[in-house]
Amino acid sequence: MTVRIGVVQFPGTNCELDVQFAIEHLGGEAELLWHGDDTTRGVDAIVVPGGFAHGDYLRTGAIARFSPVMRAVGEHARAGGPVVGICNGFQVLCEAHLLPGALQKNAGLKFLCQTVDLRVETTSTALTNLARVGDVLRIPINHFEGNFVCDERALAELRAENRIVVRYVDNPNGSLDDIAGICNAEGNVVGLMPHPERASDALLGSDDGVVLLKSLIAAATTRATMLV
Amino acid sequence: MPAFNAHVEVTHRPGIADPAGATVERALPALGYTNVAQVHIGKTIRLVVDAPDAQSARTQVEEMCERLLANPVIEAYEVVIS
Repeated sequence: MTVRIGVVQFPGTNCELDVQFAIEHLGGEAELLWHGDDTTRGVDAIVVPGGFAHGDYLRTGAIARFSPVMRAVGEHARAGGPVVGICNGFQVLCEAHLLPGALQKNAGLKFLCQTVDLRVETTSTALTNLARVGDVLRIPINHFEGNFVCDERALAELRAENRIVVRYVDNPNGSLDDIAGICNAEGNVVGLMPHPERASDALLGSDDGVVLLKSLIAAATTRATMLV
Repeated sequence: MPAFNAHVEVTHRPGIADPAGATVERALPALGYTNVAQVHIGKTIRLVVDAPDAQSARTQVEEMCERLLANPVIEAYEVVIS
Protein backbone atom coordinates (compact mmCIF):
# COMPACT_ATOMS: atom_id res chain seq x y z
CA MET A 1 0.00 0.00 0.00
CA THR A 2 1.34 3.40 -0.93
CA VAL A 3 0.58 6.06 1.61
CA ARG A 4 -0.34 9.57 0.57
CA ILE A 5 1.45 12.49 2.19
CA GLY A 6 0.16 16.01 1.63
CA VAL A 7 2.64 18.88 1.39
CA VAL A 8 1.08 22.27 2.12
CA GLN A 9 1.83 25.08 -0.30
CA PHE A 10 1.28 28.70 0.78
CA PRO A 11 2.19 31.69 -1.38
CA GLY A 12 5.89 32.06 -0.50
CA THR A 13 6.53 28.43 0.44
CA ASN A 14 9.74 27.29 -1.28
CA CYS A 15 10.61 23.82 0.02
CA GLU A 16 7.48 21.96 -1.05
CA LEU A 17 9.01 20.37 -4.15
CA ASP A 18 12.13 19.28 -2.23
CA VAL A 19 9.92 17.61 0.37
CA GLN A 20 7.76 16.02 -2.31
CA PHE A 21 10.85 14.72 -4.15
CA ALA A 22 12.42 13.33 -0.96
CA ILE A 23 9.24 11.51 0.08
CA GLU A 24 8.79 9.97 -3.36
CA HIS A 25 12.51 9.12 -3.48
CA LEU A 26 11.90 7.07 -0.30
CA GLY A 27 8.86 5.26 -1.64
CA GLY A 28 6.01 7.43 -0.40
CA GLU A 29 3.48 9.29 -2.51
CA ALA A 30 3.38 13.06 -2.05
CA GLU A 31 0.92 15.62 -3.34
CA LEU A 32 0.71 19.37 -2.90
CA LEU A 33 -2.14 20.86 -0.85
CA TRP A 34 -2.96 24.43 -1.87
CA HIS A 35 -3.38 26.78 1.10
CA GLY A 36 -6.63 28.24 -0.22
CA ASP A 37 -8.44 24.87 -0.24
CA ASP A 38 -10.23 24.00 2.97
CA THR A 39 -9.35 20.29 2.73
CA THR A 40 -6.44 17.89 3.12
CA ARG A 41 -8.02 15.56 0.52
CA GLY A 42 -7.86 12.52 2.79
CA VAL A 43 -4.05 12.26 2.91
CA ASP A 44 -2.53 10.04 5.60
CA ALA A 45 0.05 12.58 6.81
CA ILE A 46 0.86 16.24 6.25
CA VAL A 47 4.08 18.20 5.93
CA VAL A 48 4.06 21.98 6.37
CA PRO A 49 7.32 22.77 4.56
CA GLY A 50 9.77 25.65 4.78
CA GLY A 51 9.84 28.99 3.03
CA PHE A 52 8.26 32.34 3.68
CA ALA A 53 4.51 31.69 3.84
CA HIS A 54 2.64 34.90 2.98
CA GLY A 55 5.99 36.68 2.90
CA ASP A 56 6.37 36.23 6.68
CA TYR A 57 4.47 39.52 6.96
CA LEU A 58 3.68 40.66 10.51
CA ARG A 59 5.46 37.62 12.02
CA THR A 60 6.61 34.28 10.62
CA GLY A 61 3.56 32.05 10.32
CA ALA A 62 1.13 34.69 11.62
CA ILE A 63 -0.90 35.03 8.42
CA ALA A 64 -0.45 31.44 7.22
CA ARG A 65 -2.34 30.26 10.26
CA PHE A 66 -5.52 31.80 8.80
CA SER A 67 -5.25 30.11 5.40
CA PRO A 68 -8.27 27.85 4.78
CA VAL A 69 -6.14 24.69 4.60
CA MET A 70 -5.01 25.20 8.21
CA ARG A 71 -8.49 24.47 9.54
CA ALA A 72 -8.32 21.07 7.82
CA VAL A 73 -4.73 20.53 9.02
CA GLY A 74 -5.87 21.24 12.59
CA GLU A 75 -8.71 18.76 12.25
CA HIS A 76 -6.33 16.10 10.88
CA ALA A 77 -3.92 16.78 13.78
CA ARG A 78 -6.61 16.62 16.46
CA ALA A 79 -7.82 13.32 15.00
CA GLY A 80 -4.33 11.88 15.56
CA GLY A 81 -3.03 12.25 11.99
CA PRO A 82 0.72 12.83 11.59
CA VAL A 83 1.72 16.45 10.90
CA VAL A 84 5.31 17.63 10.54
CA GLY A 85 6.28 21.30 10.30
CA ILE A 86 9.75 22.00 8.93
CA CYS A 87 11.40 25.41 9.50
CA ASN A 88 8.76 27.96 8.43
CA GLY A 89 6.25 25.11 8.85
CA PHE A 90 7.31 24.78 12.51
CA GLN A 91 6.67 28.52 12.93
CA VAL A 92 3.23 28.11 11.33
CA LEU A 93 2.32 25.22 13.69
CA CYS A 94 3.31 27.34 16.71
CA GLU A 95 1.24 30.29 15.50
CA ALA A 96 -1.67 27.89 14.89
CA HIS A 97 -1.34 26.70 18.52
CA LEU A 98 -0.80 23.11 17.39
CA LEU A 99 2.56 23.35 19.19
CA PRO A 100 3.56 25.53 22.17
CA GLY A 101 6.10 28.36 22.14
CA ALA A 102 7.39 30.59 19.36
CA LEU A 103 10.49 31.08 17.22
CA GLN A 104 12.29 34.38 17.61
CA LYS A 105 15.29 35.85 15.81
CA ASN A 106 18.57 33.95 16.13
CA ALA A 107 20.60 35.13 19.12
CA GLY A 108 23.51 36.12 16.86
CA LEU A 109 21.17 38.12 14.57
CA LYS A 110 22.50 36.22 11.57
CA PHE A 111 20.68 34.16 9.00
CA LEU A 112 22.11 30.67 9.51
CA CYS A 113 22.69 28.31 6.60
CA GLN A 114 24.83 25.38 7.68
CA THR A 115 24.72 21.67 8.49
CA VAL A 116 24.39 20.93 12.20
CA ASP A 117 24.43 17.89 14.48
CA LEU A 118 21.08 16.97 16.02
CA ARG A 119 20.60 14.52 18.87
CA VAL A 120 17.44 12.43 18.83
CA GLU A 121 15.79 12.71 22.28
CA THR A 122 12.62 10.65 21.87
CA THR A 123 11.37 8.09 19.40
CA SER A 124 7.68 8.27 20.35
CA THR A 125 6.84 10.68 17.53
CA ALA A 126 5.70 10.72 13.93
CA LEU A 127 9.17 11.86 12.86
CA THR A 128 11.53 9.71 14.95
CA ASN A 129 9.83 6.32 15.38
CA LEU A 130 12.56 4.53 13.36
CA ALA A 131 15.48 6.38 14.97
CA ARG A 132 17.20 5.57 18.27
CA VAL A 133 17.50 7.88 21.27
CA GLY A 134 21.00 9.34 21.21
CA ASP A 135 21.42 9.08 17.43
CA VAL A 136 23.31 12.12 16.14
CA LEU A 137 22.10 13.25 12.72
CA ARG A 138 23.75 15.77 10.38
CA ILE A 139 20.96 17.94 8.97
CA PRO A 140 21.03 21.41 7.37
CA ILE A 141 19.42 24.47 8.96
CA ASN A 142 18.46 27.56 6.99
CA HIS A 143 16.71 30.21 9.08
CA PHE A 144 16.73 33.64 10.68
CA GLU A 145 13.97 32.99 13.24
CA GLY A 146 14.89 29.63 14.73
CA ASN A 147 15.48 30.60 18.33
CA PHE A 148 12.83 28.60 20.18
CA VAL A 149 11.30 30.22 23.23
CA CYS A 150 8.38 29.39 25.54
CA ASP A 151 7.37 30.21 29.10
CA GLU A 152 8.71 28.23 32.07
CA ARG A 153 5.56 26.19 32.48
CA ALA A 154 5.54 25.11 28.84
CA LEU A 155 9.24 24.17 29.05
CA ALA A 156 8.65 22.14 32.23
CA GLU A 157 5.81 20.34 30.44
CA LEU A 158 7.90 19.64 27.33
CA ARG A 159 10.63 18.16 29.51
CA ALA A 160 8.36 16.17 31.83
CA GLU A 161 6.37 14.69 28.95
CA ASN A 162 9.49 13.90 26.92
CA ARG A 163 8.35 16.15 24.08
CA ILE A 164 11.70 17.62 23.09
CA VAL A 165 12.23 15.59 19.91
CA VAL A 166 15.67 16.78 18.73
CA ARG A 167 18.30 19.00 20.36
CA TYR A 168 21.25 20.83 18.79
CA VAL A 169 24.54 19.29 19.88
CA ASP A 170 26.15 22.73 19.47
CA ASN A 171 23.38 25.35 19.78
CA PRO A 172 23.69 27.67 16.76
CA ASN A 173 20.84 30.13 17.40
CA GLY A 174 20.32 30.58 21.15
CA SER A 175 17.34 28.22 21.27
CA LEU A 176 16.01 27.56 24.77
CA ASP A 177 17.40 24.29 26.18
CA ASP A 178 19.10 23.62 22.78
CA ILE A 179 15.68 22.76 21.34
CA ALA A 180 15.64 22.07 17.59
CA GLY A 181 12.28 20.32 17.49
CA ILE A 182 9.31 19.50 19.71
CA CYS A 183 6.03 17.58 19.51
CA ASN A 184 2.52 17.73 20.94
CA ALA A 185 1.43 15.53 23.86
CA GLU A 186 0.41 12.68 21.53
CA GLY A 187 3.59 12.82 19.41
CA ASN A 188 1.67 13.03 16.13
CA VAL A 189 2.42 16.72 15.57
CA VAL A 190 6.13 17.55 15.29
CA GLY A 191 7.88 20.82 14.45
CA LEU A 192 11.59 21.27 13.84
CA MET A 193 13.84 23.96 12.36
CA PRO A 194 16.30 21.69 10.47
CA HIS A 195 15.42 20.37 6.99
CA PRO A 196 15.44 16.53 6.79
CA GLU A 197 14.54 16.72 3.07
CA ARG A 198 17.88 18.39 2.39
CA ALA A 199 19.66 15.37 3.86
CA SER A 200 17.71 12.70 2.02
CA ASP A 201 20.49 11.34 -0.20
CA ALA A 202 24.25 10.97 0.20
CA LEU A 203 24.63 13.08 -2.96
CA LEU A 204 23.33 16.05 -0.97
CA GLY A 205 26.14 15.71 1.57
CA SER A 206 24.18 13.74 4.14
CA ASP A 207 21.45 11.13 4.12
CA ASP A 208 20.81 11.37 7.86
CA GLY A 209 17.37 12.83 7.15
CA VAL A 210 16.25 9.54 5.62
CA VAL A 211 15.49 7.94 9.01
CA LEU A 212 13.23 10.92 9.85
CA LEU A 213 11.35 10.91 6.55
CA LYS A 214 11.01 7.13 6.67
CA SER A 215 9.61 7.51 10.19
CA LEU A 216 7.02 9.91 8.80
CA ILE A 217 6.12 7.46 6.02
CA ALA A 218 5.85 4.71 8.67
CA ALA A 219 3.57 6.92 10.80
CA ALA A 220 1.44 7.64 7.73
CA THR A 221 1.24 3.91 6.98
CA THR A 222 0.14 3.14 10.55
CA ARG A 223 -2.45 5.88 10.29
CA ALA A 224 -3.74 4.57 6.94
CA THR A 225 -3.99 1.02 8.29
CA MET A 226 -5.89 2.23 11.35
CA LEU A 227 -8.48 3.97 9.21
CA VAL A 228 -9.07 1.06 6.80
CA MET B 1 -20.27 55.64 14.04
CA PRO B 2 -17.25 57.75 14.91
CA ALA B 3 -13.80 56.71 13.69
CA PHE B 4 -10.96 56.29 16.17
CA ASN B 5 -7.25 56.26 15.46
CA ALA B 6 -5.55 53.34 17.12
CA HIS B 7 -1.80 53.27 17.62
CA VAL B 8 -0.49 49.85 18.58
CA GLU B 9 3.04 49.34 19.78
CA VAL B 10 4.31 45.77 19.78
CA THR B 11 7.48 45.08 21.77
CA HIS B 12 9.28 42.05 23.17
CA ARG B 13 7.93 40.73 26.45
CA PRO B 14 10.20 41.33 29.41
CA GLY B 15 12.71 38.48 29.61
CA ILE B 16 12.51 37.73 25.88
CA ALA B 17 15.77 38.47 24.12
CA ASP B 18 15.74 41.48 21.80
CA PRO B 19 18.85 40.83 19.68
CA ALA B 20 18.13 43.77 17.35
CA GLY B 21 17.85 46.17 20.30
CA ALA B 22 21.00 44.75 21.86
CA THR B 23 22.92 45.23 18.61
CA VAL B 24 21.87 48.88 18.33
CA GLU B 25 22.75 49.37 21.99
CA ARG B 26 26.26 48.06 21.27
CA ALA B 27 26.58 50.31 18.19
CA LEU B 28 25.59 53.63 19.80
CA PRO B 29 28.75 54.04 21.93
CA ALA B 30 30.75 53.99 18.67
CA LEU B 31 29.11 57.33 17.86
CA GLY B 32 29.98 58.69 21.27
CA TYR B 33 26.65 57.93 22.96
CA THR B 34 28.06 56.09 25.94
CA ASN B 35 25.13 57.04 28.17
CA VAL B 36 22.48 54.85 26.48
CA ALA B 37 20.88 51.72 27.94
CA GLN B 38 17.75 49.60 27.49
CA VAL B 39 17.39 49.96 23.73
CA HIS B 40 14.30 48.08 22.57
CA ILE B 41 13.14 47.60 19.01
CA GLY B 42 9.50 46.84 18.29
CA LYS B 43 6.94 47.69 15.68
CA THR B 44 4.14 50.19 15.30
CA ILE B 45 0.78 49.39 13.75
CA ARG B 46 -1.68 52.18 13.02
CA LEU B 47 -5.31 51.63 12.16
CA VAL B 48 -8.64 53.41 12.06
CA VAL B 49 -11.61 51.70 13.73
CA ASP B 50 -15.26 52.62 13.49
CA ALA B 51 -16.81 52.08 16.92
CA PRO B 52 -19.59 53.55 19.06
CA ASP B 53 -17.08 54.95 21.59
CA ALA B 54 -13.40 54.97 22.51
CA GLN B 55 -13.73 52.15 25.05
CA SER B 56 -15.28 49.81 22.54
CA ALA B 57 -12.61 50.73 19.97
CA ARG B 58 -9.94 49.87 22.56
CA THR B 59 -11.56 46.55 23.45
CA GLN B 60 -11.67 45.57 19.79
CA VAL B 61 -8.08 46.56 19.07
CA GLU B 62 -6.86 44.70 22.17
CA GLU B 63 -8.70 41.64 20.92
CA MET B 64 -6.97 42.05 17.51
CA CYS B 65 -3.64 42.17 19.35
CA GLU B 66 -4.37 38.94 21.24
CA ARG B 67 -5.54 37.14 18.10
CA LEU B 68 -3.22 38.42 15.37
CA LEU B 69 -1.24 41.63 15.79
CA ALA B 70 0.99 40.30 18.57
CA ASN B 71 2.14 36.84 19.65
CA PRO B 72 1.55 36.79 23.42
CA VAL B 73 4.28 34.13 23.84
CA ILE B 74 7.02 36.60 22.93
CA GLU B 75 5.41 40.00 22.51
CA ALA B 76 3.70 42.66 24.62
CA TYR B 77 1.51 45.39 23.18
CA GLU B 78 0.23 48.81 24.12
CA VAL B 79 -2.82 50.44 22.55
CA VAL B 80 -3.39 54.19 22.38
CA ILE B 81 -6.78 55.36 21.10
CA SER B 82 -7.27 58.94 19.96
